[in-house]
Amino acid sequence: MANTTSTTAGGGDFTSNLGRIYGIYTGGFIAFIILMAVLSAMGVENVVIGYLFMGFTIVIYAVIGVLSRTMHVGEYYVAGRRVPALYNGMATGADWMSAASFIGMAGSLYLLGYDGLGFVLGWTGGYVLVAILVAPYLRKFGAYTVPDFLSARYGGNLARFIGVIVLFSCSFTYVVAQIFGTGLISARFLGIDFNVAVYVGLAGILVCSMLGGMRAVTWTQVAQYIVLIIAYLIPAIWMSTVKTGIPIPQLMQGQALANITALETAQGITLHHITPFAHGGYDAKNFFLLILCLMVGTASLPHVLMRYFTTPSVREARVSVAWSLLFIFILYFTAPAYAAFAKWTMLDLVASGLTPENIGEKAGWMMRWAAADNTLVQICGKAATDTAAIVAACAEKGVTALSFADINLNADMIVLATPEMAGMPYVISGLVAAGGLAAALSTADGLLLAIANALSHDIYYKMIDQNAPTSRRLIVSRILLVLVAVLAAYVASTKPSDILSMVSWAFSLAAGGLFPALVLGVWWKRANSAGAVAGMIAGFGITLFYLVMTQYGADFDKATPNMELWWGVKNISSATFGLPVGFAVMIIVSLLTRAPSQAMQDFIEEIRVPRGKQMMEEKIA
Amino acid sequence: MATPDRVSYWNKTKSLMFVMLGLWVFFGYVIHMFVEQLNSIVIFGFPLGFYMAAQGSLIAFVVMLFWFARRQNAIDEEHGVHED
Repeated sequence: MANTTSTTAGGGDFTSNLGRIYGIYTGGFIAFIILMAVLSAMGVENVVIGYLFMGFTIVIYAVIGVLSRTMHVGEYYVAGRRVPALYNGMATGADWMSAASFIGMAGSLYLLGYDGLGFVLGWTGGYVLVAILVAPYLRKFGAYTVPDFLSARYGGNLARFIGVIVLFSCSFTYVVAQIFGTGLISARFLGIDFNVAVYVGLAGILVCSMLGGMRAVTWTQVAQYIVLIIAYLIPAIWMSTVKTGIPIPQLMQGQALANITALETAQGITLHHITPFAHGGYDAKNFFLLILCLMVGTASLPHVLMRYFTTPSVREARVSVAWSLLFIFILYFTAPAYAAFAKWTMLDLVASGLTPENIGEKAGWMMRWAAADNTLVQICGKAATDTAAIVAACAEKGVTALSFADINLNADMIVLATPEMAGMPYVISGLVAAGGLAAALSTADGLLLAIANALSHDIYYKMIDQNAPTSRRLIVSRILLVLVAVLAAYVASTKPSDILSMVSWAFSLAAGGLFPALVLGVWWKRANSAGAVAGMIAGFGITLFYLVMTQYGADFDKATPNMELWWGVKNISSATFGLPVGFAVMIIVSLLTRAPSQAMQDFIEEIRVPRGKQMMEEKIA
Repeated sequence: MATPDRVSYWNKTKSLMFVMLGLWVFFGYVIHMFVEQLNSIVIFGFPLGFYMAAQGSLIAFVVMLFWFARRQNAIDEEHGVHED
């Protein structure tokens, strides 16, 4: 770790050595995995391996966080704007790929087959919008936060304030899902109670982001990307090699799909994995609307956009978006393969002649997961905690031989349980847990930082006390970070929903609230303050209304019926309504009110060209 | 401010944006509307419609973005508005 020390000394030295530093780090991590495998072979207990994996990785992140601590405003908010495109791409990859991508996505693909691919498409294609419509222009403007841009473009604190509200709502929903994910991992692999586990996960998140702000988060996220991608690829490669003899899961997925279809037909399953628009209520309409909401949400989420504030130039910002998507792509095009191999393995298991009596022996991992949380594995409709429970539940239903449909696995456990399912050594389970933790922590760090920055920079500094000294602003930011984090952990402990739904809601809220104001702000000079304010309120309001009314109802009682879906659109695509309303209101109100001043039109001209000084000059602390 | 060169720069930038947007619509939506028809073509066990959603469109998005970064940079340099 001696090399990382130079972060505190000076940026130039550190950035020129990045390749070597992270190369050594990656080698060290692989050596650590081998060490764990050796310890495991020597008979060290599984739970100890779990603790070592999670403990060791968190310590590394914390060390990077502490070494990157800073009291400099530019470093704290935008990492000194000197993160090279490739590394910013890697950090964005980790920032982006959360518990939903790592833990939730392949599980949903397993359950939903083709229809789960809506998530894969939605969470990649959005980067096209980021690159062509938003990111380079925000970089030129030179903001610290997204509301900063709204305030400058739409002249005033009202637009800023609404921007902060939208930012807070979407980022908070998102961060709750991440803490939920860390809780799930800690509960299973460390054997602690879920309600305690969420706070343990929280501690890990805070050490990285609190001291060093954006600078610390950037360099830990690069480290976390390396851990999570290794942890995701190894089990997929393993399954591919065992099943087909060729270690390229993405390619051999074709063979897996063919086998899945054959096994499904043999077992009398009529709804095939590859059948489009048929699983879990995803008809073609919901499939395409989900893709739209996720893509547009990508281009509106403040914690993603603010990553492009850290590059040295506009040009680097554009290249960086491409790198981001490349690093994200590596995981996303593996996920469908991961799901296919896991499903093939399960179908094979069922085909081997599974009964309520022998499942405990053939698939003991199911009982271990059911014991961690009784909603995770259900067989014959009851929690599969032990053989006696399964036999009793199945006898009640008159099931003597188990079929694929009798075994109900929760989407959020499939990735984490796959190593056990496929009979890999426990060290791989530990690795996957560490990867899932890295994914959840890295995203939570970015989100908490986005929230704390908006509250300290936009609300406290820009709206309450313009004369606040630097040190006080940074301390306020850190205190707010902790408060928001604790609140999020509390909400997560109430288990509001599954990870993928919570994350999708966040995307819809961001899309409905921010996308029209951001895009028209750059691309339509006529957009004015009144239009933006009205558009943001209308777009965000409709999205939030639809989400809350269909999920909880007006009385916030889950037991009573909620509002009917409009035209059958699932509430994870709430922005379906917020987005067009937001655009329409913003355009109409803008046209009905006065055009922006000449000074404002010149300002827009300026952000459209890369050359020239950035618009918002930072005060050097 | 709105010199002829700037106007031409912005027009080229806009055209590039619309080309990208068109490709985005094609790979994000249009091609997946024909999933059933494409699924009748099977390569290496992959039904083509499934393949496009699982990998094909994703590869297109990545390639598009690197191409865009290069094209836009060329436009910047051509009009002398690139950063030093």
